[in-house]
Amino acid sequence: MELEFTTRTTFDKVGTRPPRPDGTDKVTGRALYGADLAGADMLVGKVLRSPHAHARILAIDTSRAEALTGVKAVVTRDDFPHIGPEGTVKGEVEESVWDVARNVMARDKALYEGHAVAAVAATSTAVARQALKLIDITWQVLPHVTDVDEAMRSDAPLVHEDMITAGMDPVPEEPSNIAEYRKVEMGDIEAGFAAADVIAEQSFRTEAAHQGYIEPHACVASASEDGLAELWCCTQGHFSVRDMCANILGMDLASLRVTSSEIGGGFGGKTTVFLEPVALLLSRKSGRPVKMTMSRDEVFRASGPTSSTSITARIGATRDGRITACDATLRYQGGAFPGSPVGIGAVCGMAPYDCPNVVLHCYDVVVNRPKAAAYRAPGAPMAAFAIESLLDDIARKLDIDPVELRLKNAVKEGSSSVYGPTFGPIGFEECLETARDHPSLEAVPGPNQARGIAAGFWPNFGGQTSVTVNVNTDGTVLVSLGTPDIGGSRASMCLMAAEELQIPYERVKAIIADTSALGHNDTTGGSRVTHSAGLATIEASRKVIDIMKRRAAATWDIDVDAVVWDQGCVRPSGANAGDHEPLTFDAIAAMASATGGPIAGHAEINAEGAGASFAVHVCDLEVDPETGRVTILRYLAVQDAGKAIHPDYVEGQYQGGVTQGIGWALNEEYIYGSDGVLQNPGFLDYRIPVASDLPMIDTVIVEVPNPGHPYGVRGVGETPIVPPLAAVANAVSRAIGRRMTETPMSPPRILAAIDGTS
Amino acid sequence: MRYEAPRTLADATGMLASCQGTARVLAGGTDLLVALRSGLVEPELVVDIKRIPGMADIVAEDGGWRVGAAVPGAALGHHDGVCRAWPGVVEAVELIGSTQIQGRATMVGNLCNASPAADSVPAMMAAGALARIAGPDGTERDVPVGDVAIGPGVTSLAPGELVASIFLPETPARSGDAYLRLIPRTEMDIAVVGAAVSLTLDEGGCCTAAKVVLGAVGPRALVVEDGAAAILGTTLDDEALAALERVASAAARPIDDKRGTVPYRRKVAGVLARRAAHIASRRAGEKS
Repeated sequence: MELEFTTRTTFDKVGTRPPRPDGTDKVTGRALYGADLAGADMLVGKVLRSPHAHARILAIDTSRAEALTGVKAVVTRDDFPHIGPEGTVKGEVEESVWDVARNVMARDKALYEGHAVAAVAATSTAVARQALKLIDITWQVLPHVTDVDEAMRSDAPLVHEDMITAGMDPVPEEPSNIAEYRKVEMGDIEAGFAAADVIAEQSFRTEAAHQGYIEPHACVASASEDGLAELWCCTQGHFSVRDMCANILGMDLASLRVTSSEIGGGFGGKTTVFLEPVALLLSRKSGRPVKMTMSRDEVFRASGPTSSTSITARIGATRDGRITACDATLRYQGGAFPGSPVGIGAVCGMAPYDCPNVVLHCYDVVVNRPKAAAYRAPGAPMAAFAIESLLDDIARKLDIDPVELRLKNAVKEGSSSVYGPTFGPIGFEECLETARDHPSLEAVPGPNQARGIAAGFWPNFGGQTSVTVNVNTDGTVLVSLGTPDIGGSRASMCLMAAEELQIPYERVKAIIADTSALGHNDTTGGSRVTHSAGLATIEASRKVIDIMKRRAAATWDIDVDAVVWDQGCVRPSGANAGDHEPLTFDAIAAMASATGGPIAGHAEINAEGAGASFAVHVCDLEVDPETGRVTILRYLAVQDAGKAIHPDYVEGQYQGGVTQGIGWALNEEYIYGSDGVLQNPGFLDYRIPVASDLPMIDTVIVEVPNPGHPYGVRGVGETPIVPPLAAVANAVSRAIGRRMTETPMSPPRILAAIDGTS
Repeated sequence: MRYEAPRTLADATGMLASCQGTARVLAGGTDLLVALRSGLVEPELVVDIKRIPGMADIVAEDGGWRVGAAVPGAALGHHDGVCRAWPGVVEAVELIGSTQIQGRATMVGNLCNASPAADSVPAMMAAGALARIAGPDGTERDVPVGDVAIGPGVTSLAPGELVASIFLPETPARSGDAYLRLIPRTEMDIAVVGAAVSLTLDEGGCCTAAKVVLGAVGPRALVVEDGAAAILGTTLDDEALAALERVASAAARPIDDKRGTVPYRRKVAGVLARRAAHIASRRAGEKS
């Protein structure tokens, strides 16, 4: 059934702020996370990781480890079935199974410091640790490269000796670290720059940032002798985990059941597998359940941060502030495997602006670093950092207010986007006007203080989604979802089901069902869940209403067309239909057994129509001119949510994205030594913001309904991390009178810029 | 690993002395437990000193204060007498870790961990604090705090010795101290540069005694004799403070590492020394 709808604008449950259904268990510690499950006779699994940034594995001798008392299984590359380079599996995006498999366990080479090379299962953590020390590896250390620009040089050490750049014409004859080149083009770039009165041009660099989820990766695997297996893990997509593990290990999808635990943060980083296939193999080999948990340093060294980048960009504009042309070269490293988010990042940077002439050269580059994973609006914050910085330079050159400059060029309904589609109704202009008129902008920056403005965009995803809505005989409702709840989606689904069924919110509960209980669900990612799972929940709820109408009509012995659904009741459509007392939702639920059996609605959809979300951020900060330290004074995030189902969660997403963006802008970075070893794999020297670093982040929810959803929902989770890098950079640059072009804008880097020594 | 919780100092030092392998003293454990969990140390013996009488006490002595080795930062911060006498020492101790860590972390632990970036060490040195060292044969000796941590992770303690307490001396009239550190965040961090200043003013506001100590700009906390000289005999006017900034920068011996560059640390050492001197003199003035 294709869901047909016109977008509603009045609601009585949607838009309210009831307490979150998972809140009590989380604050009391009762909620079960990845490491909280225990099985009988469970073993502890630990991974041996490469101490080298790049090294050939000549031999692995596990005999001493296997001989240690308490060691029940050891696995290496030899335990994995051979799979070819063809074949992909979908996490947040399509990934090569072969790449994921080689990332999970190194084959001929360790490709980065921290790359898994062997694993053990033992009766205790102490024995497992001891066993790792008894595994003998014969290494041939190879030259390495961790910097994206260095990796692109023709004399750089090759991460993969046989990698020929895709997308080049002609096809290169020599291998390189450039996995793919892609060009995005529209209009006439030469003519565009010829029409410009002013041009801003600059090179930018951003260092890799980790998602920084507080819960490390963890799982429990239990494989049985009959070939079946169960897996419990913290993930944003247990269906993807099932598909990846099954593909890597050569299992049927039906033989592996995956249950997602509560999740202590994901932000894109839990959309792939690291420990899970290894734990399954260890369990299969030992015949016992195996729990694996990463330490914090393993999370930093071996799970995926986002790309570091090097971007050169140029924007031209007319004297009155019309953007005429933009060309940019974007180089993103994806770690040791292809797949950096350079393509989507590149188009996100320019998407907010109606610019007729654009050329974007996109390079996906491999280096000796952990395989990049999705991180909240993958690729977009770095491109926006470059574009929004240049726009600020143009605003200063033309002496135009930076909000007004953006208003002059903002995309609106009917504008063609740089990534293809023509925009439908969007709320970018509304966001700009709301920010411009917000009372917090009345504050006048003092000495060493300045204001930075930046915009951001994320297209939002749809995707495959299955939802079941079960009606109990007491009239309560259970919603089964297959999209792990990382941002309050259970509350949002309960609100939408309650709205649709016209029953109290408290009568609806939601769970995340395992992979054997529902049809396929794509991963929670791309800001898709409130939209896609919301669509499916509404469709399933409407099926429930449909069934209830039939049951009532049958009870009255009239045609189903002669009844209507009205305010939570089925009633006859008119006098001709007969004189029947309306049947309430609860009454029809109670007579389910007598009228045909259980009442349930389900929906299996491939959602489309995810509306894009735009944001405008305003950052006021102060720079200590003697130390380069930055204090964020005020921060305003304005963003279009289409319709905020649960406004608390929407505001939380805005504030969370800003917080992560400020951390990335000011202090977060992967620091490599000349040996290619990560120097800061911990929260002491990988500095995410602490609560006292930030002021209360002001938010405004703009609501321009998305016609692609019955209630007008747009995804909101990712856009909020897109503007902060540039908003902070623009404020710092104005405060010190010099353009900052690199993240992190740490105190030493800012002081060097002030002193003119950078 | 063997865990012991002796009831006397003699037992504790005896256990440490007779241990053949690596032995570690456990007070708050905020450094030791992290090191154990990450596998940085695998000691044969851990001696918990918290059950030894007096270890968690702060007692008045000769006009000053004796602070036991197991007194956590939170207790020090709630002690009116110490806060009044040595606000700079207290603010340095309170910078260590989070609120939760403050319930455990000790000044002596911070000293014996021997990190060049330890926050409390420059402040204690500027205060002229003495460490009381207990030895295995029942001996006790008092040494200046600056003589305990002698290099990154290295102390001058002999096998079987432990620091039992810190003595913060009596403060003369019109004295004040202050400690400042530079961290990129606002808390939960490690000093990129630290600076402590302790000074005494005469009735005319002229500086009659001063100590300037820098942290995180050398292998151990660094006493800047020239810094004291730059402000002695002055009223800490702009010129004197500028001189202090210059000599403190010049005295710094920093390294380049993931937390900061040599030029950055050098410059900020001077800035913080100047700012700390300003705060210390204000505090001294308030106590006249």
